[in-house]
Amino acid sequence: MTLLDAEGLRTVYGDGCDRCLDATGDRAGTNQCPHCGSVVACAEADLTVRAGEVLGIVGESGSGKSSLAEQLALERDPDAETDGVVRYAGHEGNLLDVDYETRHDLRTGDIALVHQHIRDGLNPEFTGGGNVAEKLLSAGWRSFEDVRARVRELFEATEIPVDRMDDPTSTYSGGMQRRVQIARALANDPELVVLDEPTTGLDVSVQARVLDMFRRVQREKGVAAVVVSHDLGVVRLLADRTLVMRHGRVVESGLTDRVMEDPHHEYTQTLINSVI
Amino acid sequence: MTVLSVEGLSKTFDMHVLGDTQVVGLDDVSFDVREGEFLAVVGESGSGKSSLLKCLYRTYDPTGGRIVYHGADELADGDAGDGIDLAACDDREVIALRDATIGYTSQFLDEIPRVPAVDVVARPLREQGVPAEDARGEARELLSRLDLPEALWEAYPATFSGGERQRVNLAQALSPRPTLLLLDEPTSALDPETRQAAIDLLREYVGEDTTVVGVFHNTAVIEAVADRVVVLDDGKLQRVVPVADFEGEVVG
Repeated sequence: MTLLDAEGLRTVYGDGCDRCLDATGDRAGTNQCPHCGSVVACAEADLTVRAGEVLGIVGESGSGKSSLAEQLALERDPDAETDGVVRYAGHEGNLLDVDYETRHDLRTGDIALVHQHIRDGLNPEFTGGGNVAEKLLSAGWRSFEDVRARVRELFEATEIPVDRMDDPTSTYSGGMQRRVQIARALANDPELVVLDEPTTGLDVSVQARVLDMFRRVQREKGVAAVVVSHDLGVVRLLADRTLVMRHGRVVESGLTDRVMEDPHHEYTQTLINSVI
Repeated sequence: MTVLSVEGLSKTFDMHVLGDTQVVGLDDVSFDVREGEFLAVVGESGSGKSSLLKCLYRTYDPTGGRIVYHGADELADGDAGDGIDLAACDDREVIALRDATIGYTSQFLDEIPRVPAVDVVARPLREQGVPAEDARGEARELLSRLDLPEALWEAYPATFSGGERQRVNLAQALSPRPTLLLLDEPTSALDPETRQAAIDLLREYVGEDTTVVGVFHNTAVIEAVADRVVVLDDGKLQRVVPVADFEGEVVG
């Protein structure tokens, strides 16, 4: 079953002109329009995600992968001009056009975003449990006992020590804070989780454990995911299929192992050969 | 019954990073694999053995030819018996086939750090929906059959020797009991004693419901497990012979 179907996604910073699209992208070798100076962060991006599937998006900084992910997660950047269509199973019409309330409901229920920067997603003064509970409360949970039980369950699933539940999130290690973000994202059993650079700020040994935890929970719950990373290793571990982005465009897509071992596009070949 | 029909399979790599050089991996390779058969692929380094397995698994996109697979006719769109062309089916179909019926393992264990050996082996079973304890039980059985010391079952494979890692790798490949198993030198790092344990296990598995296409370097392993041998040379099929006729030939 197709869960998410996106067509022609575009994010432009600046006023834009009618030559922007022709003058940017892979062939042009830039994402900045030489005529008007606007930055075409991403354009002409089409993709689908099936239920339970993990899609990876790789590319270097500035390739447009986060802009694309933000649109998929219905995150709106007020400074950008956006265009395109996102259709989602069980919902009518283009989700990029829905009103505030519908968008809020979708973001609370069906689609969750795990921010790249931990401080964008969590309140460090709240307890770890409180950060997860907040998501439940906004979905209408009211019983104190039920919320506690659910938070405990999510802490266990994401391998956070349950006895730290009532400590301020600021006292948690980076790895634990990342787990709290993931627990929070999973709180209302979403169908799709968008992870933006899930290993940012974590040291290497912690990265592997967080990714392994996510992969296990993702499979067990059958939740679909879009994983954005500049790190090919992250995408290799998690994603069934992968898109490669450059200068705001998708330049190659396919099975993750195929993209890594038999890259077709010149840029992907360079990227794969650059891995230390 | 034929489970896999490879027809005119070719693979050319366009190496843009090497000034658009073209590298030929496979050139017009054709052979059939029968149900329950153990087919060994041999040839010198660079002859296309791994490329062949990777094309069958679609880690490589074939550039020409067909790979008609009959091991999952229930997943095929067309009439029963037509099979599925692995060279042409879309990525989602490939994922479904890998989940359900086609296994692949390389020479090297490619696993997430800090996952105990027993869970590495149990993972494919758990992903098929087998309850955790049953999957771990099956994993322990396979590891014990491959003589991996019990003290290592709960340890992390990253700390293992090459031969120990390879046993975990082989156990992981066998655990989901795939219909078609593609093995790329799964015994290259094993000592003679462990190699024999691997041979015994492979012989037991194949002939049940599993068909194997495997790349092997060791003549003793080939003679012990294979029914027929595919000989590749410079990306081309040289010949396909019963293992009895292969005896004594030098393997590259």
